[in-house]
Amino acid sequence: MKKLLSRFYMGLIFLFLYTPIAVLIFFSFNQSKSRSVFTGFTLNWYREMLRDDMLMTSLKNTLIVAVLSSVIATILGTLAAIGISRMKKRVRTAVMNVTYIPVINPDIVIGVSMMLLFVLGTRLLGLELGFWSILIAHITFSLPYVILNILPKLRQMDHNLYEAALDLGCRRHQALLKVVLPEILPGVVSGLFMAFTFSLDDFIVTYFTSGSSSFQTLPITIYSMTRKPVSPKINAMFTLLFLVVLLILIFVNLRDSRLEKREQERSL
Amino acid sequence: MRKRMAAPYLVWMLLFTLVPLGMVVYYAFTAKEGGFTLQNLTNIPKYAPVFARSIWLALVATALCLVLAFPVAYRIARSTGNRQRTLLLLVMLPMWMNFLLCTRAWMTLLEDTGLINRFLGLIGLGPVHMINTQGAVILGMVYNYLPFMILPLYSVMVKIDRSVIEAARDLGADGIRVIGRIIIPLSMPGIISGITMVFVPSVSTFIISRWLGGSSNLLIGDLIEQQFIGSAYDPYAGSALALVLMVLMLIIMAIMNLFDSEEIEGAMI
Amino acid sequence: MKRIISVFTVVFLLLSCLSLAGCGDSDKIVLKVYNWGGDYISTGEGDTLDTIAEFEKAYPHIKVEYTTFASNEEMYAKLQSGSAQYDVIIPSDYMTARMIEEDMVEQLDFSNIPNYADVMEQYKNLPFDPNNIYSVPYIWGTVGIIYDSSVVKEVPTSWDVLWDPQYADQVLMFDNPRDALGIAMKKLGYSQNSTNAYEWQEAAEELKKQKWQAYLMDEILDKMENGEAVMAPYYAGDTLLIQEENPNIAFAMPEEGSNLFVDSMVVQKGSAHKTEAEQFINFMCETRIAKANVEMISYSTPLQSVYDELEPEWKNSKILYPDREVLDRCESFVHLPADINALIQSLWLEIKAG
Repeated sequence: MKKLLSRFYMGLIFLFLYTPIAVLIFFSFNQSKSRSVFTGFTLNWYREMLRDDMLMTSLKNTLIVAVLSSVIATILGTLAAIGISRMKKRVRTAVMNVTYIPVINPDIVIGVSMMLLFVLGTRLLGLELGFWSILIAHITFSLPYVILNILPKLRQMDHNLYEAALDLGCRRHQALLKVVLPEILPGVVSGLFMAFTFSLDDFIVTYFTSGSSSFQTLPITIYSMTRKPVSPKINAMFTLLFLVVLLILIFVNLRDSRLEKREQERSL
Repeated sequence: MRKRMAAPYLVWMLLFTLVPLGMVVYYAFTAKEGGFTLQNLTNIPKYAPVFARSIWLALVATALCLVLAFPVAYRIARSTGNRQRTLLLLVMLPMWMNFLLCTRAWMTLLEDTGLINRFLGLIGLGPVHMINTQGAVILGMVYNYLPFMILPLYSVMVKIDRSVIEAARDLGADGIRVIGRIIIPLSMPGIISGITMVFVPSVSTFIISRWLGGSSNLLIGDLIEQQFIGSAYDPYAGSALALVLMVLMLIIMAIMNLFDSEEIEGAMI
Repeated sequence: MKRIISVFTVVFLLLSCLSLAGCGDSDKIVLKVYNWGGDYISTGEGDTLDTIAEFEKAYPHIKVEYTTFASNEEMYAKLQSGSAQYDVIIPSDYMTARMIEEDMVEQLDFSNIPNYADVMEQYKNLPFDPNNIYSVPYIWGTVGIIYDSSVVKEVPTSWDVLWDPQYADQVLMFDNPRDALGIAMKKLGYSQNSTNAYEWQEAAEELKKQKWQAYLMDEILDKMENGEAVMAPYYAGDTLLIQEENPNIAFAMPEEGSNLFVDSMVVQKGSAHKTEAEQFINFMCETRIAKANVEMISYSTPLQSVYDELEPEWKNSKILYPDREVLDRCESFVHLPADINALIQSLWLEIKAG
C-alpha cells in the first residue's frame, strides 16, 4: 500500500515535469502554426528548422559559449580552490564571502551590473559587447559553483599525500597533477558539469550583456522569436535537442550498469 | 606557492564581480543629470508592493518545491542501481531543456482556451481560469526550479548511513520521528542549498511573471529590466532597485547561514 | 556522483567536437540593422523573397547582421545604455524626432538613395523630420481596435469599449507608454501630443481603471489568434494576418481618431559604414524588395511604385489605405518636451507596478 502510494507520487511528479516537454514535442508535428490546436501531422517544421540559419547559428553559439566558459571557469576555479584551501582561516573566510556573491545574487543583478561594467569598457577601450562580454559573464557566474564543488574534496584529501610526493622527489606541478588532481577529480568534473548546465540555459545574464551583437545564443533567439506567433520550428529544434540529450543519458546509463555488473561479478 | 594559485581568480572576481557591484552602488546614488542624489533610493518605497509580491511568491514557490522535492529525493536516495540512475536522469533531463520554451508550454496548457481547459471541456468540466493569476506564476517557478531542489537534497540524503535509520527504528522510533529527528537534520545542508537555488532565481524572474502572470503580477525583475533595456529607460533608478534587491538577498541569506555554512559547499549537487 | 561525471564527460566531448567545428567569414563589412521584431521584413519563409539575402547578393562585400526590438522605448534604452552600436535603425515617428533632437542619427546623403524619389509626397518632410534630411520612410499604418466578433457583437465605435467592465481581464493593452497612454488620452478627448501634465496624469488614472489581461506588444497577435483575449488595440495591417488564422477577428477604427505612425530608416550616429547603410536604405526602397516587405508585414507602403503594383485586394483595403477623412482624424505622435517625457515614464512605471 505504502509502496503504491510512493509510486503514485513519483508518477505525479514526473507527469508534472514532463507534461510541458510532451506538449512542445507534440506540436512540432502540427501542420498549422497554432500553439494549442492540432490540425494534422507534418515533418515540415524540421525542414524549416534546418533551413533557418539564425536558429542553427545560435545553437552553435550557445555550444561555443557553454564549452569555453565552463572549461575556463573550471581551470580558474580548480586553481583557486587549491589556493583557497591553503589560506589562513581569516583570509579564506573573506575570499569565500566574495565567492558566495554570485550564488546569492539574483541573475538580474549580475546581468545589469556586468552590463554597466562592459558599457564603461566600451567607452574606455572601444570594445563592442558581444561574444567576449557574454563569455566573461558566463565564466563569472559559473566560477563559484566550480569552487564550491572542489573545496569539500580538498578538505577530505590527506594533505600529507602532497607533501609525501614532494619528499619523494616530485616537482610541485607534478605533485599537483599526479597526486592532488586525481583526488579532487570528481569535484572538478561536477563543477564543470554545473558550469556547463548553467551556461547552456542562461537567458537573463546573456540578455543584458549581449549588446548590439548578432552573436545570439539560443535562449536569446528563442526569446525574440516568441514575440509573434511562434513558428513550430522552435518546437522541432526542442525535440531534436531532447532526443540528443535523452540518447546520451541512456547510453551512459547502460554503460554504467554494465560496469556495475562487472564489478559485482568480480567481487563474487 | 599554492596560495598564489588563487591569484587569477581573485583578480577575476575583483574585476567582474566587485567592480560591477560597485558600479551599481555608484549609479544608485547618481542623478540622471549627474551628481550625488538620494532621490533614487527615496523613490523605492513606491515599489514596496512589488518587492513584497516578489518575495511572497518566491517564498511560496520555494516552500512548495521543498515539500514536493523531499519525498522524491528520499525515494531516489533509497533506491539502488539502475533504478536510481534512471530516476536521477529523469530529474536532470528537464534542467537541460530550454526554460523559455517550457514556460511557454505552460502558457499553452493553462490558457482559457488552452490544453487543460480543452481536456476538461471534453469530460464536461470547467473551464477553469488559471492563466494570469498568482497561482500560475508560482507554478511556473516550481516547475522551472524543482530539479534544483531535488538534486542537492538527494546528494546529502544518499550519504545518510542506512544503519543510523535502522538503529533508530530498532530503538522504537516511528516513521515520523525518523524523518523529523534523523533525516531532516542530516539533510540540512542540502535543504539550505536547495532553498538558495530555488529562492534566488524565483525572486528575480521576469519571464515567468510576464508570460504566466498577466498585467497585475509584475515582479521586481520586470521593474529592473524595464529600466535598463525596457520601455522605461533609467539605469540610475534601476540600479537603486537592484541595490535594494541585493541587500535584501544578503539579509535573507545571512539569516539562513546562521544554520551552517561550511557544509553547504558539499551539498551543491 | 560517479554517474553524473560519466554522463557529463561523454556529453562534453561530443559537444566540444560539434561546437569547435567551423567558424564563419570575417573579411566582409558588417552592417548592423536594428528593426521592429516579429517579421518586420520579408524573411524568405515559405515562398517569399528573402530581402536581406537579396541585398547581400547585390552587395557581396557586405554582411547584414539583423536584430530586432519590441518597442521604440526598448530600442532607445539599448542605444542610450551605450551597449550597442548599429548602422541602420527603423524607429517610429516620435522616436525618430527624439533621436534627431538628441543628435543620435546621421544626416543622410540622398545621392546614395535615388529611390527616395519614389516616396509619395505626403510621406516626405513629415513633422518629425521637417526638411527630410535624416530619415527615409519604411512603412506606415494606423492603430485601431481588433476584436473577436464572435464575442463582441457590436462594432466598436469608440475607445470606451476597451474599458467596458464586462470585458475586464479579457482586453489586452500595449506595453509601451506612448501608445497605451495615448489611447487613454484619445478616450478623454485630449491630444496624444499634449504638453499638459495634468492631462497625462488623468490619462494614467484612466488606464488604471480597467483590469487589463496583460500588457503586451507583438504577443497581442498570438493571444488574439488563439482566442485568449477578446479585444486589443493594435496595428491595422495585422488584422489581415490574423484573419487568415482566425476569421472571427475584425478591425474597427474608433471615431475619436487614432494614431498614424510612420516607421523610418535612419543611420545611427557613429556608424562606421554610413555609405553602406545608405545603400541598404536605398535597396529597401526598390520596388520588388519593398513590395515583398510590405506584403510580408501587411502594413501600408509609402512608395508610389509599390502601391501601384499591389494586388487590388490590398490596394483597395480600407483597413490598409483608409479614406482621407479617416486619416484626417488620426494624429501622428510628435516628440514631446523632456519634462513631459520624464512624467510619462514615471506614470508608466507606476501603472505597471500596479
